[in-house]
Amino acid sequence: METKMINVKINGKPVSVPKGTTILDAARQAGIKIPTLCYLRDINAIGACRVCVVEVQGARSLVASCVFPIDESMEGKEIYTNSPKVLESRKTTVELILSDHNKNCLSCVRNLNCELQTLSNELGCNAANYTGAMNSYKPDVSTAYLVRDNSKCVLCRRCVAACKQYQAVAVIGPNARGFDTHIGCAFESDLNNVSCVACGQCINVCPTGALREKDDTDEVLAAIADKSKYVIAATAPSVRVGLGEEFGYPIGTNVEGKMVTALKMMGFDDVFDVNMTADLTILEEGTELLNRLSNNGKLPMLTSCSPAWIKFVEHYYPEFIPNLSSCKSPQQMMGAVCKTYYAEKLGKDPKDIVVVSVMPCTAKKFEKGRDDQSAAGIPDIDIAITTRELARLIRKQGIDFRSLPDSQFDAPLGIASGAGLIFGATGGVMEAAIRTVYEILERKPLEDLDLVAVRGTKGIKEASVNMGGKEIKVAVASGLANAKELLEKVKNGEADYHFIEIMSCPGGCVNGGGQPIRTADERNNLDIKALRAKAIYDTDKAMSLRKSHENPVVKELYESYFGKPNSHKAHEILHTKYVKRDNY
Amino acid sequence: MSKIKLTKVPFKGTAEQEAQLMEKLAVCKNMKGGLMPALQSAQEIYGYLPIEVQRIIAKEMGVSLEEVFGVATFYSQFTLNPQGKYQISICMGTACYVKGAGELVDKCKEILKIDAGECTEDGKFSLVATRCIGCCGLAPVATINEHVYGKLAVSQIPDILKNYQ
Repeated sequence: METKMINVKINGKPVSVPKGTTILDAARQAGIKIPTLCYLRDINAIGACRVCVVEVQGARSLVASCVFPIDESMEGKEIYTNSPKVLESRKTTVELILSDHNKNCLSCVRNLNCELQTLSNELGCNAANYTGAMNSYKPDVSTAYLVRDNSKCVLCRRCVAACKQYQAVAVIGPNARGFDTHIGCAFESDLNNVSCVACGQCINVCPTGALREKDDTDEVLAAIADKSKYVIAATAPSVRVGLGEEFGYPIGTNVEGKMVTALKMMGFDDVFDVNMTADLTILEEGTELLNRLSNNGKLPMLTSCSPAWIKFVEHYYPEFIPNLSSCKSPQQMMGAVCKTYYAEKLGKDPKDIVVVSVMPCTAKKFEKGRDDQSAAGIPDIDIAITTRELARLIRKQGIDFRSLPDSQFDAPLGIASGAGLIFGATGGVMEAAIRTVYEILERKPLEDLDLVAVRGTKGIKEASVNMGGKEIKVAVASGLANAKELLEKVKNGEADYHFIEIMSCPGGCVNGGGQPIRTADERNNLDIKALRAKAIYDTDKAMSLRKSHENPVVKELYESYFGKPNSHKAHEILHTKYVKRDNY
Repeated sequence: MSKIKLTKVPFKGTAEQEAQLMEKLAVCKNMKGGLMPALQSAQEIYGYLPIEVQRIIAKEMGVSLEEVFGVATFYSQFTLNPQGKYQISICMGTACYVKGAGELVDKCKEILKIDAGECTEDGKFSLVATRCIGCCGLAPVATINEHVYGKLAVSQIPDILKNYQ
């Protein structure tokens, strides 16, 4: 049935929209921007903040445009998005929010990148207009990865929506009522005491500084300043396609060369590429898959690169722990190789080596502190910082990022293939694994390296590949809500996959909880994860080294150190264990 | 930070209560907006909504514990605190209030080391500040279970409480 078109006038401009379209969307179609605060497309349309109010002809009061559908009763009506009544109402609303807001903006991590600040400026608010009671909150600093400061919270519930809709975790929500309302956990527990997976998606959707990563930049500066330490930086695939945004580049710009230069200028002794240990992961994980397939091992095998996904399984689906690949994540493999193989090569005590990983991810801060992630008897990774923290360090050191020349990663652990690079996007680990496993089984080159079936930002993807005379069924999911759907299918015997790739964040690591924060307006109208992923795939396409098993450093590591994939030594250094965790 | 009063009274739910709750939840599970009636039933059965009960509700209703807790702390009809063996209700109606009911509440809080709306850890006393109970002639008034105490003075509180220890 064809959807009925309804005609309205917005600020005098005629617009025709399908019945059911919200006023907010209709206005956008007419090129009219209505400011919003609590609204996030697809996950949070609750009409709570009242910033997006508009005047509708004949309506008793102003209406929230984000949830107000245009139906037959609206035919021919006038809508005003910018009348004095509307502007006054928005201004008052924001001033009231500001009246109970910690306005220490100059010292806030989101200064100049805050949606409340922008609204206040655009609407001409007087932040001191209403002085009255203020709530007082103690920040939640209980976790290794995230800080919640409710004194800056505007109760938009965008974090609550991200936690539930993207990740199906819902460990945070509004507690109490009225002026006492605050976002917290059940029974007022600290975040560290609930089944939070550490993904950081809540930070990325927060309009203000109420949520942020735990900042570890001072530790990095201290390590570099300590002359007794050999300090290594290692950057994850997705950081290079996110970092530029912090310096004004368009979304989806690969700034790898400048990033490496900046890290060298900061004084790191080596700048390595986690893509390299992503290649190593493919050899270890691919071999593990082949072993499981030929020895009746536990299937489907589940990837283990995404630490929030691991934590999710441990809390919510411990029965799937045996299905998880025992491979450490590329971050942890990088730390482990630096402190074993590379320490020996340097002739250094691993205790004198500091490995700083730069990640698009907040869960990496949790992962580095896990048990059984200490190949040399000390933690594989010393400090894990996010893309945002790297940008902060670059600014702090006065490095003019945009004017930097390009540099290359250092040898040996900076040499990597395109297969390692695509780990940053959903489907990338699967594609990289197939590029290698196919060639091991078929003993001939894979002709088309672009496995489009597993690409794209769709939440769940399926494919099957004929390899070694067997049909291998694979599935890919990103966003834990999608992962949950997939696990339930497997649990109920509705699917018989051999291999499943899961990335916790929607779209994969390019959209990780440590990546640059984009405004709701950008999130609502651009496919940020697809733009960043495109930069990754374009770079891979242009590379000559595109298969993990052809990486010369990977070959050298097996020849001179590990013997072969899944060897005893490889197991000791590159593999780990998982634990069942409480589901609160 | 929190203004939500959590109880420290150990949970003493019985298998019968749980069976009753499960029966109710089996119905609520298939209802749209079933969480409210689920919480109402649970409170009828247990008298309050401790974490142990909210966990059962979350699991059966297929929602997170925080989602249950959010609803339970939104509506004032729900309480997270059990009623004590002796429920002290102090009338805060206008007449009682002007005659010093507030000081009576403060004295009880001081002696019992609990806030209004809470229950002592041993489960013996709970304290509530109520609306007018309709015997303004006796202001200020308090009741302990069925017993009514009229024309109370703060100085009487310690002895009255001692009688129940």
